[in-house]
Amino acid sequence: MTEMTYRQALNETLRAELKRDENVYLIGEEIGVFEGSYKITAGLLKEFGPKRVVDTPISEEGFTGVAIGSAMLGLRPVVEIMTINFSLIAIDQIVNHAAKIRTMFGGEVSVPIVIRTPGGGGQQLAATHSQNLEVWYAHIPGLKVVAPSNPADAKALLTAAIRDDDPVLFLENLGLYNLKGDVPDGEQVGEIGTAAIAKEGTDITVVSYSRGVVTALEVAKEFAEKGVSVEVVDLRSLRPLDRNTICESVRKTSRAVIFEDDLLSYGIGAEISATIGEGAFDWLDAPVRRVAGAEVPLPYAKPLERAAMPDAADLTKVINETLAASAFKGDQNV
Amino acid sequence: MADTQRPTGAKGSAKQKGESAKALRGYYEQMVLVREFELRASEMYARAKVGGYCHLNLGEEATVVGLMAALKATDYLFMGYRDHGYALMRGLGAGPVMAELFGKATGVVGGYGGSMHMFDLERRTMGGYGIVGGQIPPATGAAFAINYRSKAGKSADAVMCILGDGTTNIGAFHESLNLAGLWKLPIVYVITNNRLGMGTPVELSTAEPDLYKRGSSYRIPGTRVDGHDPVVVRDAALAALEQARVERQPVILELMMYRLKGHSVVDPARYRSKEDTEEAQANDPVPAFRNKLVKSKVLDEKAADAIHDAAEKIVNEAVEFADSSPDPEISEMFKRVYATQVPNMPDRFPGDPVVVMS
Repeated sequence: MTEMTYRQALNETLRAELKRDENVYLIGEEIGVFEGSYKITAGLLKEFGPKRVVDTPISEEGFTGVAIGSAMLGLRPVVEIMTINFSLIAIDQIVNHAAKIRTMFGGEVSVPIVIRTPGGGGQQLAATHSQNLEVWYAHIPGLKVVAPSNPADAKALLTAAIRDDDPVLFLENLGLYNLKGDVPDGEQVGEIGTAAIAKEGTDITVVSYSRGVVTALEVAKEFAEKGVSVEVVDLRSLRPLDRNTICESVRKTSRAVIFEDDLLSYGIGAEISATIGEGAFDWLDAPVRRVAGAEVPLPYAKPLERAAMPDAADLTKVINETLAASAFKGDQNV
Repeated sequence: MADTQRPTGAKGSAKQKGESAKALRGYYEQMVLVREFELRASEMYARAKVGGYCHLNLGEEATVVGLMAALKATDYLFMGYRDHGYALMRGLGAGPVMAELFGKATGVVGGYGGSMHMFDLERRTMGGYGIVGGQIPPATGAAFAINYRSKAGKSADAVMCILGDGTTNIGAFHESLNLAGLWKLPIVYVITNNRLGMGTPVELSTAEPDLYKRGSSYRIPGTRVDGHDPVVVRDAALAALEQARVERQPVILELMMYRLKGHSVVDPARYRSKEDTEEAQANDPVPAFRNKLVKSKVLDEKAADAIHDAAEKIVNEAVEFADSSPDPEISEMFKRVYATQVPNMPDRFPGDPVVVMS
């Protein structure tokens, strides 16, 4: 085990995979000379040279498509899209091409690309630079979407994503890059498609992913001090979605709150809620609640931004309301 | 007015000297096969054997045959959605191509793609693409992969990317050209200029209607070539591919031609003037090449007729093959979506329970 930041975990994983397989290369804007907008690729151009760490012009559609075509010929590109907002410029290549090529061409060819991109607001970057669009990709068959919440998962899932033969959207978050955590040493290949119980509990389930898990764990700790046992489900993978782990948790706790960074309507929480409705209806003691982003283009001013984004106080309030709705009285429910 | 109005501005004289009679006859056989196949595909569409969209290479036979004569089997081909003829020339087989149109399990991609999505990895035929311009970034990426793995030279691989005149206005084209020009990638962008993007003439869609010039801002040279003669097309393509292979210089090739029919089989093309339609018919490359070969005594009328009969037989057999082939298995539907199997992959049909707990 070594303690490191989420950023370091990504950087070391990229380095290890570049060393392991010469078909792996990195491509994106400002990832070489500039060492990445968020310094995830620091030092890699120097170590591996411009063939393996490819700086591109500002052409998301072009270079994402280049990565796709090169993957069809057997290379294993790791694309960095500077933020998920700019992935919209490449969305035709991601959704109409990367996701479809395998099925549409009869399963003869695969597209082993990873698209690394951070989402999320909270940095006062205003409406176009603060979005959580992961659900757009999680909607699309042919893609896999992972959203690790901690440095250890970042390493294990990035390794798995690079070795996976399908297109994987690897969701990062600006607010996670400096998060520290213990990371197992040596090669770690995670499993795409399964959720984790980030913290066990018995009274209420909070389902979240990516940065939301960090907040959920903090809130769970506070509730523990008040005698409420919160279970936190970390989705880790948004497509495929591990519905059974969610439903098993809710069958145990009988209450569920979904904490999501994206927008409320048609969001990831809506999918989770429907899943719980089908898989744990008879176990529920209260309606499933969602804590999600306010449905506005995110404003710049700090008080407005703060009010629009879901935070620990919002989650705490909704957990309390859900407990109250089911007349929760401490260990009565245990 | 630009000289796109008529293909006469194109380079390439019709000299066939030095060509073996066998090669010329071969090109004619191939052109006739494409013609017969497309006419039959249209008929099968009308009889509801073929679904979806169906775009034909009618009028483009000389271009299809000439380009594919220049492309090595080891080169990579990316296409738009008007792809049947190219698939035939790349050896995907009239039967499997027709079966794909029919949506059968024996189709080139097992009935998963249809008319617009011909593909064969082994034959390095990397797909027809239905999204206009969608093929251009991946084709550029294939050239990137060649560059990544191997050195330039006469025997190096190259990529040919087919696109239509209307496609030169989409962003993917320009982003790709910039990348190819910047990185010196071995790719030939072939613009098949049939003068109409669906129903819109080039002059009404494109501020620079001399499409071969559209690589200028990317230092990509371009040539305009008469697309009605397979030998002229072949030689232009060979030269372009050579530049791509040896110099790693991306090249644009603009081929001038007429689209004989509508945009797709369901389009009666009422927007075309009588004069335009007559001109297209007068320039029909198949009878023109036949006449040329008869005049130069490569073929006599009887031999030319025999070529038609042989093509008809191949197409008849293709239809029989397609018609008698099985439908794809419904139970197999989810198996092609992902290459690497992981837990919790979706496999639900409409109405199936979403959550199944053990």
